[in-house]
Amino acid sequence: MSGPELRGAAAIVGVAESDLGEVGPDRYAIELAAQASAAALAEAGLSTRDVDGLFCAIAGRGMAPLDMAEYLGVRPRYTDGTMVGGSSFVSHLHHAALAIASGACEVALIAYGSTARSDSGRGRLSTGPPELPSYEAAYRPRMPVTGYALAAARHMHQYGTTRTHLAEVAVAARRWARLNPKAFVRDPLTIQDVLDSRVISSPLSKLDCCLVTDGGGAVVVTGAERARDLPRPPVYLLGAGEAHRHRSISQMPDLTVTAATESSARAYAMAKLGPGDVDVVQLYDAFTINTILFLEDLGFCAKGEGGDFVSGGRIAPGGALPVNTNGGGLSYCHPGMYGIFPLIEATRQIRGEAGGRQQPDVTIALAHGNGGQLSSQVTAILGGRESL
Amino acid sequence: MTGIAPHREYTDRLAAGEVPFQTCDRCHAAVFYPRVICPVCGAVELSWSQSAGLGTVYSVSVLSPREGPPYTVVLVDLDEGFRVMSTVVEVPAEDVRIGARVRGRVGQDGPSGPRVVFTVDEEGRG
Repeated sequence: MSGPELRGAAAIVGVAESDLGEVGPDRYAIELAAQASAAALAEAGLSTRDVDGLFCAIAGRGMAPLDMAEYLGVRPRYTDGTMVGGSSFVSHLHHAALAIASGACEVALIAYGSTARSDSGRGRLSTGPPELPSYEAAYRPRMPVTGYALAAARHMHQYGTTRTHLAEVAVAARRWARLNPKAFVRDPLTIQDVLDSRVISSPLSKLDCCLVTDGGGAVVVTGAERARDLPRPPVYLLGAGEAHRHRSISQMPDLTVTAATESSARAYAMAKLGPGDVDVVQLYDAFTINTILFLEDLGFCAKGEGGDFVSGGRIAPGGALPVNTNGGGLSYCHPGMYGIFPLIEATRQIRGEAGGRQQPDVTIALAHGNGGQLSSQVTAILGGRESL
Repeated sequence: MTGIAPHREYTDRLAAGEVPFQTCDRCHAAVFYPRVICPVCGAVELSWSQSAGLGTVYSVSVLSPREGPPYTVVLVDLDEGFRVMSTVVEVPAEDVRIGARVRGRVGQDGPSGPRVVFTVDEEGRG
């Protein structure tokens, strides 16, 4: 069965963040999602009245699309509340393109908000019962970090990856963050700082872990034809792919290989492109090991070579492959489900709007989302007009 | 017979001192955690088995809480062909290595009742 021809059929026409960082105790996740939505629609020259497709995920809110539609006064004819963790929004982009290409909707709004940082100080963390009995909880893993720590330990054992390799990832992210005025932490960071920071769940230390911030984001998507008439240069979805293999880390078959191998293969095939065509990479770096695993699984280096690949500043400003040019979840912003921010940064890089961190001549950007415990993997390949 | 409440069956067997897992009657895959359907072939006929408890550490992370001693979280590949999350006890947490041979038993010290824990298998110590 062949689906609708998706390559270039839909385009991102508006992106925005909400307030980021720490917004304080009197604000709510849905407000941040709505704030970002308003800004993204304004940038697109559209309003809430134009939105007929709504895509939304908010942690802890089982009916987030209903909450969001009511709040915005949107009455969508197509709704998608896919919740696969932090990769949800890259998945939403894929689904939005499918819906637009098939005529199910015309203007899709993807929205996210979280007050994870402010919540921690006011007892608003949700502690609902698990849906299934846990066969992990009795061993007191500190999730999610222990899941990623187990993957890192196995990668180190199998391929000789070192804590210094992991630290290279954190330092590269920080160097990018220093070029981004919106980044939450912008102090200088050295390899030694990372190695010296407190170990949380070995081999991962505090500085191997993402931030906990507040923040929201929104992405507006429409068909290629309508996109041409809107104010900003369209950023086309050239390829998208999804894959997941497990939910809990103890069910992941090989902790050194993620389903990003499959999601990226699908995205590259649709885009008729390969890793060598990609100018900038925006991937979900919840922990330093993620960047290494995903650069391997997305095809930028061979399996096991990720540690050497990220060394010597190769993914940092001035390096051969710009990765997470906003500073990533490690240094820019991480409200819990980061996957909308790679889309926003990829769009800005293609438009040439990334300020002091703008890379020259960006035509193709790859955005990759991760959800759960290395569980859900979703890859999107975006391009400017020249890529069509 | 799996019955209709596999988690209850699991905890009952654990309380009796077993290291329980399921096997699929059709494809013979080892199945863990307990289910009502085989995740390999989709069959709904699963039988309970008792593991010999011997396995190999697949990965390990050491956690050092502010209160209390450091402890390990491990993934162990049991020889029967299934993987569990657990902890290795009776040796310093920092000494637990990937690839170590370990032996499981039911420990009574879990935060929520009996749980399977592992000790380093003397014959496999190297």
